[in-house]
Parts: sequence; C-alpha cells; structure tokens
Amino acid sequence: MTKILVLAEHDNNSLSGATLSVTKAAEMLGDEIDLICTTSNISNLEAEISTLTSVKKVHVFEDKIFENEIAENTVDCLIAVSDDYDYFLASSSTSGKNIMPRFAGLMDIQQISEVIEVVDGSTFKKPIYAGACIATVKTEQSRNVLTIRTTSFDKTSTDGGSAEFVKHDLPANNTNKPTFVKNELTVSDRPELTSADIVVSGGRGMQNSDNFKLLEGIATKLNAAIGASRAAVDSGFAPNDYQVGQTGKSVAPNLYVAVGISGAIQHLAGMKDSKTIVAINKDEEAPIFKVADYGLVADLFEALPELESKL
Amino acid sequence: MKILIPIKRVNDYNVKVRPNQANTDVDLSNVKMAVNPFCEIALEEAIRLKEGGNATEIIAVSVGDEKNQEQLRTALALGADRAILVKTDKALQPLDVSKVLVKVYEKESPNLVIMGKVGIDGDHNQTGQMFSALTNLPQITFASKVELNGNDVEVTREIDGGLETLSSSLPAVITTDLRLNEPRYASLPNIMKAKRKPLEELTVEELGVEVKPTVTTLKVESPPEREEGVKVENVDVLVEKLKNEAKVI
Ligand SMILES: Cc1cc2nc3c(=O)[nH]c(=O)nc-3n(C[C@H](O)[C@H](O)[C@H](O)COP(=O)(O)OP(=O)(O)OC[C@H]3O[C@@H](n4cnc5c(N)ncnc54)[C@H](O)[C@@H]3O)c2cc1C
Ligand SMILES: Nc1ncnc2c1ncn2[C@@H]1O[C@H](COP(=O)(O)O)[C@@H](O)[C@H]1O
Repeated sequence: MTKILVLAEHDNNSLSGATLSVTKAAEMLGDEIDLICTTSNISNLEAEISTLTSVKKVHVFEDKIFENEIAENTVDCLIAVSDDYDYFLASSSTSGKNIMPRFAGLMDIQQISEVIEVVDGSTFKKPIYAGACIATVKTEQSRNVLTIRTTSFDKTSTDGGSAEFVKHDLPANNTNKPTFVKNELTVSDRPELTSADIVVSGGRGMQNSDNFKLLEGIATKLNAAIGASRAAVDSGFAPNDYQVGQTGKSVAPNLYVAVGISGAIQHLAGMKDSKTIVAINKDEEAPIFKVADYGLVADLFEALPELESKL
Repeated sequence: MKILIPIKRVNDYNVKVRPNQANTDVDLSNVKMAVNPFCEIALEEAIRLKEGGNATEIIAVSVGDEKNQEQLRTALALGADRAILVKTDKALQPLDVSKVLVKVYEKESPNLVIMGKVGIDGDHNQTGQMFSALTNLPQITFASKVELNGNDVEVTREIDGGLETLSSSLPAVITTDLRLNEPRYASLPNIMKAKRKPLEELTVEELGVEVKPTVTTLKVESPPEREEGVKVENVDVLVEKLKNEAKVI
C-alpha cells in the first residue's frame, strides 16, 4: 500500500493554506495520507488539522524548540517517522525548500522540486528555466521526496476527518544547527499574497515608496494582496516578501494587476498562471502586454487615481 | 579563514531557453553560458569578506564537464584564489553534486561554504541543503545579509513571511538570495591574471563518487502560450471589461 507523509506548514497559530494544496497533490498518489506536525503548540492547530477529510494520522512533535523553524529540528523528526512512507511532500514555500532537500539528502533520495502535475506515481511535471520550459520527469526511486507548487493544485476537502493524533518524543540527535536570533515578519490586514483572489503589484515604474502607496487604495477596494517586482523590492519600495517571480512567490489569482512592471521572464515565472492579467504601463512595447488579457497604455500616475475612483 | 564557493555553469539569465526539436531536452546548442547568478553573489560575498580582512583564501569549485573551466576562470578573474574542477560527462543531479562537494569539503576543510540558493536552469534549490545534511554542518539558506563575528556568523534570511536572523558557529553552509549583494564585474587585467591562477582538475571517480541519475527527463515542452489579449483605450473600458467580460471584480 502506498503511504504518503505530508509536512504540515503553519505559524503555530493556524495551518497554512499550502498544506491543503499539498494534501490534494498527495491524494493523486494514494489514499494512505498522514501528516507530520512539528509545533510549539498543537492545541492551536488540532481543530483545523482535524477538518482535513483525507488525512488518517498526524505525527505530532510538540516542543518549544519549534517556536521558530530550524530546518535541522524538523528534519530530525521527519527521519524519526520516515520508515513506513513511500512519498514525502511539502510545498515549495521557503519553508518546504529549506527543509525537504535536507531530509532528501539524509535519505539518499533525489528530490523533485516544484511539481505542478502528478502524471502518475513516478512521473511528474515541473517548470525549469524560470518556467520557460516544462519538464516531464520520471523517477526510478522507490521512495520519493516532492515539493509541490501549490498554485497548480486545488485545496483538499476540509469537511471534517477522523485523523488520529500520535504524540512522539523528540528524537535524540547530534545535529549541528544554527540558533534563532530574531525575525521581522510583515504584518498586514490584507489577504495573503499566495492565496489572494486578486493581486495588485507594482514595479520600478512606481518610482519610490511613497508612490507605491498608490496601490493601497485600489488593493483595499478590491480586497487584494499587494505584490512587487524584484526591482521594486531592491529599490526599497516594498518588503522582500512582496516579491513575485522566479525567486519570489508564485501566485495564480483570479486577477493580477501589474503596474509599472516591464514583464521580465523572471517576473512572469511567478504570475503567468493567473486567470486574468491586467497590465498598466506607459511603454506599449513592454513585454508584460504579451501575457496581459487587458493592457492599458498609460501613465500610471494618471491611471491609478482614476482607477481607484471608478472601482 | 578559507571559503569554498561551489559554482554552477548555467545559461545566461537573459537568454530564453527553449525545448529542442524532439522535445527530449532543452536546446542549449547556441545559448550563451555563464556563472549562475546566485553563485556570483556567493563569490562576491566571499570576496568582500576577504577584502574586509575576514578571509584568507577563496576556492571556487565546479562539478561538470570540461566546459566548466570557463566559469571557474570567471570566478578566478572576479577574485577566487584557486579553482577545482571535478569532471564528469554524466548528467548531474543535486544529490550527486552534493556528494562530490562533500569530498571536496573533506579535502579542503574550509571554514565557510557559500552556495547559490538555486540554479536558474533546473530550479532545484537543493544542493546547499543536501550538502549541509551530508556534512552535518549548520544550514542557513536564502541569505540577504551575512555578518562575521570571530568564529560566529549571523545571517538574515528571506522567508515567505519577511526576514529571519539566525546565528551559527563556523564551519557552516550559507545559500545566497538575490539581495545579499551586487556582484562586481571582472576587470580586464584581472581576467588576464586569472589565466595564471591554479585550476586543479579531478574526476568524480577519483573522489570515489558514483554518479547515477535516478530521475530522468522524459519530455521538455514550452508552457501553454497565453493568448495575447487586447489593449483598452482608457480606465472606464478597463473597469467595464473586468466587471462584465472577465467578471473578476
Ligand atoms: C536570477 C534572477 C532572478 C530574478 N527573480 C526575479 C523575481 O523573482 N521577480 C521579479 O520581478 N524579477 C526578478 N528578476 C529581475 C528581472 O529580470 C527584472 O529585472 C525585474 O523583474 C524588473 O522589474 P520591473 O519590471 O519593476 O522594472 P523595469 O524592467 O525597469 O520596468 C519598469 C516598467 O515601468 C514602466 N513605467 C515607468 N514609468 C511608468 C509610468 N509613469 N507609468 C506607467 N509605466 C511606467 C516602464 O515602461 C517599464 O516597463 C530576477 C533576475 C535574475 C537575474
Ligand atoms: N555542478 C555544480 N557544480 C558546483 N556547484 C553546484 C553545481 N550544481 C549546483 N551547485 C551549487 O548548488 C547551488 C544550487 O543549485 P541547485 O540545487 O541545482 O538549484 C548552486 O548555486 C551552486 O552553488
């Protein structure tokens, strides 16, 4: 029987939507799906995890060392419960990318990253070259580690399940690891970028961080998340976690509005699967218009206030 | 202090790579090749540490065929002191590369290993984490700031929620994100000088690593093209289309 272990991603308060998409991908591999959850407080997460209909068992490692994510700590726990499983899945978030290859290395498994389609149990599709090509790859390994691009999968049913929660002691180990110093997390009342229905992104064309705020009124009216190009982040208009693209986040909202963004392939890599794309750019030759369903050739400093007032 | 910089040879990031005619692989026959941008950033960081008096030697290492010499010469021109090419003609996966790098690590015993977070070719984002696991060195990925204090390093990482700072004793493995620094260009005199810097060649067999691809590529295709949309005359038309045609607002 094929057994699949999914890494539960969360912030110790609530489960990440990514885990729902990864569980959906797991369902395409088999129906023995278990979760592993390393957390400082399982009681915060238990109710939410219990809603996942397809999950059979949850391996719980609860300790204050999981207040902040140190890949080494999570991987020690993954190894401890790894014996029975054929597949190990996490999302291709920064967390999944940090943890899973480390685990795969210790298991002597070649990982397959950024899976966008499960063709069958050993065949997967994944983007390569910043999404310029899609590769179909086949694994000859009997056990596999996959990271899942969550925008390519629906969310699993959360109508209620009957998962059994199994608590484990922390595994003994002598792993060398870094220590946590601090974090600066972006707080925002807006929807989360990777799961928002609408994303409004600004690029270098916004010119400075004050102008970047022109996007806020529109985002508020549309209940949208705000994103940015690399150039906008590098120039300090927006924080790093706003970056959409090859090295930032992958998004696929119903509506993506690109303002003052030229449409470099590395940016397109993160947003071209959006359902409807709008581009506002004063350069009618800008490559972003090639992927835009609706292109408005205009000066953004005129178009944005008008757009805000007409929404 | 010695720093080891693994360098990957990849397509120039400005080039749009396409599938070959038979759709069996990508077509790199006429594509300009370069040092992976994230490896350039790793090397730049090492050079700055050396310029700041915090490092004494920078060793660039690449695993792959003879052509990787070009990228190692670039690394030498930028500021690496010497280079190692571990040769193989076989297709490499991150797990193979990390096993080879472990052997090089054992030979050289560097105090710090800085790698790119991802190769822009395969989009794997694996080698640094695997290498760190196999050497049992502390792993710090996606660095946007590196500060060395004696035998400790403090690193700010770019994560999905914002920024995180970790600290570690050395030796350690760091992988670089884009905002860590802006790499310099090699000057002509340095390009000339690089020709005389040592470039050692080894083979994967000599290092006792068996390269065995366990994941093979069956097919490479272009992604589905988006149909080119329409230009709208003004904001009113845009709003109308979004409401009534696309029905997204
Ligand atoms: C390895 C690597 C990884 C990368 N990863 C990413 C990534 O993840 N995400 C990403 O975004 N980029 C990434 N990049 C960078 C990418 O190549 C581009 O440099 C970047 O996307 C450009 O950002 P931009 O479109 O905002 O800026 P520009 O290319 O400078 O475009 C600005 C646009 O604004 C328009 N404009 C200017 N003024 C106005 C105005 N008043 N009104 C209307 N329009 C105006 C201009 O016509 C222009 O089209 C990466 C690059 C590399 C090498
Ligand atoms: N063939 C290689 N030779 C040397 N270093 C490599 C090689 N492949 C990958 N690396 C290193 O691993 C990083 C991540 O690559 P990847 O895991 O392929 O995305 C690169 O930026 C390099 O630092």
